[in-house]
Amino acid sequence: MADRSTVAPPLNVLKVALGVSLLCALLVSFTAVSLRPYYLANLEAERMARLGSILDALQQVSVSHKAEEFEVRVVNLEDGTYSETIDPDQYDARREASDPRKGVTIPAELDLPGIKRRARYAVVYLLRDTGGRLEVIILPVRGVGYQSALYGYLALDHDASEILALKFYEQGETPGLGSQIMSPAWEAQWPGKQAFDAEGEVNIQFDAISGATRTSIGVDRLIRFWLGDFGFGPYLKRVREGEA
Amino acid sequence: MVNRYWKTLTKPLLDDNPITLQILGICSALAVTTSLDTALVMTVAVTCVLGLSAIAVSLIRHYIPHSIRIIVQITIIASLVIIVDLVLKAFFFEIGQRLSVFVGLIVTNCIVLGRAEGFAMRNGIVDSFLDGIGNGLGYGLILMLVGGIREFFGRGSLFGGQILIPVSQGGGFEPLHIMLLPPSAFFIIAGIIWFIRRKRPAQVEKPEFQEGGKEI
Repeated sequence: MADRSTVAPPLNVLKVALGVSLLCALLVSFTAVSLRPYYLANLEAERMARLGSILDALQQVSVSHKAEEFEVRVVNLEDGTYSETIDPDQYDARREASDPRKGVTIPAELDLPGIKRRARYAVVYLLRDTGGRLEVIILPVRGVGYQSALYGYLALDHDASEILALKFYEQGETPGLGSQIMSPAWEAQWPGKQAFDAEGEVNIQFDAISGATRTSIGVDRLIRFWLGDFGFGPYLKRVREGEA
Repeated sequence: MVNRYWKTLTKPLLDDNPITLQILGICSALAVTTSLDTALVMTVAVTCVLGLSAIAVSLIRHYIPHSIRIIVQITIIASLVIIVDLVLKAFFFEIGQRLSVFVGLIVTNCIVLGRAEGFAMRNGIVDSFLDGIGNGLGYGLILMLVGGIREFFGRGSLFGGQILIPVSQGGGFEPLHIMLLPPSAFFIIAGIIWFIRRKRPAQVEKPEFQEGGKEI
């Protein structure tokens, strides 16, 4: 205040600037680190809620029985078999995908969604009817939209031909535009879509979102990748052959 | 002494309201007032940022070089906004998602920088803090009023609790869809400003130009 009209010495300016930045940085980092567990717990709750909400979507489709509990299995993406040794509650596919020693690098020509690496295993959720026959298969999918990673679940019917629901649970797309991929109106178009054409190739058509072209392309690519050979292809083949 | 503090705190509620008199913070007032709960959380968030930034700026006001004062204030405000955003994500996840970008945009809310530059830079800590809180509450008062009107007429509910049963559910209430769209907030805020200035003519601004283009 005293030297309002006079120019402050440059060193003084630098000192204040550095001091304020340092203090603010410390405060923000401390808060971020200490609140992170709560945030992660919220994300997990959101993920479970979205997974559960697939059941609501199923009521519009003809599923004869409604299972109370999901059967949680770990799928080896390489050959499509179930792994009995890995505990699905402990397995963190997201962490493994980002770990260069464990994750599998996706060949560039196959990497439609641009995620570069995937885990060796994936946790899938299954619903069976009273006779033990598969009815619903819920696959975790992941891709990249316009400005964020997209995480969601894709529900398929018993022979993996028809899409029952697509629900994203984590994304940071533009509010009001790309983030509409989590809106009920947009989600409502998925139940009943055929995922494959007559030749068995992935072929999906859906309404894109105006003003969110890159998000829509991201969704298209992630579905084609995860239903394809380097995604859940081997597993879905086993499902169709009745071996799951 | 206490009387003076009380005045600092309550003056921004009606006499010097940031929205209706200073016409600041209109952008967020349009965006978050479609329902009362988002308006309330936004009020609390802005009030916290205002109060704390006022303390911080007032505390170091003698040391801030004049040439970098705005950037120092913005740094402090931005840090506080990030902290508020993190707290919302940790403890009020669902409502934080509905407020989406508007929590982050508190940084650009003119009220916050306006009070830091206009008041906290020149006043003591207690006065600055009370002024910040008062302005936050003044902002919140209008927000709650607008949010209440919009939610009631747009959805027939208050704080999410259904009061009027809409026609679609067999009741006799036709929701006014325009209330949920941004223009309605303009109309309502304009109505509030008109009402306050009618009751308190001292707030009416003199016309800047006379008829015929002559400047007064």
